[in-house]
Amino acid sequence: MSLVIGAFTMGLILSLLSLGMLISFRMIKFTDITVDGSITLGASISAVFIVQGYSPWLAALFSFAAGSLAGMITGLLHTRFKIQEILSGILVMTALYSINLRIMGRSNIPLLDVKTVSTGTENILEKMVGGASRINILGWQVPTGDLAVFITCSIIAIFIAIILSCFLLTHYGTALRAAGQNPQMVRAQGVNNNTMVVFSLALANGLVALSGSLLAQYQGFADVQMGIGMMVWGLASIIIGEALVGRSSIGLTITGVILGTILFRLLIAIALRWGLNPNDLKMVTAFFVFAALVAPGWFRTLSKKFTGGLRYAKN
Amino acid sequence: MLKIESLSKTFHANTANEVRALQNVNLILENGSFTAIIGTNGSGKSTLLNAVAGTFEPDTGSIHLENHDITHWPEYKRASLIGRVFQNPFAGTVAEMTIMENIVIAMKRGQRRSLHIAVTKTFRGEVADRVRTLKMGLEDRLDNPIGTLSGGQRQALTLLMAAWTRPKILLLDEHTAALDPKSAAKVAELTKIIIEQEKLTALMVTHSMQQAVDLPDRIIMMHRGNIVEDYHHEQKQRVRVPDLMSTFDRVQKRELFDESVAGMLEEQYI
Repeated sequence: MSLVIGAFTMGLILSLLSLGMLISFRMIKFTDITVDGSITLGASISAVFIVQGYSPWLAALFSFAAGSLAGMITGLLHTRFKIQEILSGILVMTALYSINLRIMGRSNIPLLDVKTVSTGTENILEKMVGGASRINILGWQVPTGDLAVFITCSIIAIFIAIILSCFLLTHYGTALRAAGQNPQMVRAQGVNNNTMVVFSLALANGLVALSGSLLAQYQGFADVQMGIGMMVWGLASIIIGEALVGRSSIGLTITGVILGTILFRLLIAIALRWGLNPNDLKMVTAFFVFAALVAPGWFRTLSKKFTGGLRYAKN
Repeated sequence: MLKIESLSKTFHANTANEVRALQNVNLILENGSFTAIIGTNGSGKSTLLNAVAGTFEPDTGSIHLENHDITHWPEYKRASLIGRVFQNPFAGTVAEMTIMENIVIAMKRGQRRSLHIAVTKTFRGEVADRVRTLKMGLEDRLDNPIGTLSGGQRQALTLLMAAWTRPKILLLDEHTAALDPKSAAKVAELTKIIIEQEKLTALMVTHSMQQAVDLPDRIIMMHRGNIVEDYHHEQKQRVRVPDLMSTFDRVQKRELFDESVAGMLEEQYI
């Protein structure tokens, strides 16, 4: 059970990463590699502030702001200095590696016995059950701490999902969604496409850094290497979410992304349980994303062949 | 009023592909006038339209719209004064978004885009009423993605969206050229109706001589980056398609004559 709760919690935390990438990859159509750096940025900033005794919520807010700044820089490199999308992201990501080391002062900061965002929930829970370290849910014994983290992360993820879907339905959000699909059209409608790109990347990387902040608090450490491959994980989650729920409306898309991230974490937990070598995880994910990108094309050709055959049969 | 003064633009200057797309063009469009630009391929008619729309900066000259000098305004800023319909029916709308959302984006042209929910019930009624005037039955499909509509329907909606905020000038860039004949006729008819109803100033590039004769009240013919003919007022009333064709021939022959004769004279006398 703790495996399932762990996968759910991890999924909820990383769903913020996926939501950020939904904005950059899917809505504004920007292949943004800054993600790998900004998730670590969020983790390292939160780690430093929490260790110094700041409120974990304030630390998470600082992480969001720092991530936004990183995304904004990527956006400006692309729009103002006309550097290719991918290269802009790579430049900022590479710079962030050094910046993260500078922020932390070393490559790893442990976060043991510190206040995290879930401490408050844990206290309330403990009061409710009278100080027991385990809670019985439908016959399962769940550690109170794990449950507290799970509840806190659910609340944060749902809160952000609601805010995000409301924002995307506003006049500004509608223009943002249009800007990714048809830049020519939005310019003709008086929208500064470049501003939209910079804003979207700032918002996206802010969410990614927030995810990194929560990840560090949940895992109990921030590590300079923790961002490697995060972009591919986020992409895999988005793809699963789209396959699961589709994207016929904003609400459904966002729900799908969160569910997709959770399912992806569950699949990983199961695969690891079955004996998948953790070192192979990123390769397997990369292969999965490749398959998910290519398979629809194959199916289309297959179905064309099929209907093509039908046409001949009729004639 | 649109005032274009000695506007020039050379693309790929000082290379083998140098194109002098506009050469010292002067043009004044009165308020409420509907002008068509015709001309051969590469005559500069689309370039002139794009210069007004702001897709590039001219080398020399100025463009004034109403009281604004818009010569150096970026494209998105000019959009507050300008409505545009493109040749490609897919260019003017976002396929994945609904009719309603597309129109809401157009309604806010030139205004600050707020953090209020975009598609609300009050808007819905207003939008349905105006979409009904297209007589295409689209008012019942406001929540369908625009990608599910035909090219003609999309172009009609783009036209409606372009005219929505009553722009100071409406730019039509061969907006019926990519449509089937029936849809093209329908969109052309709508163009005339909307421009008359809203009393818009319009500038239309077209390949169709018939359209140039039927729709606008002024025809400008361009050739090699220059305005070579200007049918206005009574002249425009009298002009028919064969007249335009013969003018085309004359312009092209004059050019042939110019080049070959000048070459011959040069050889013989210099």
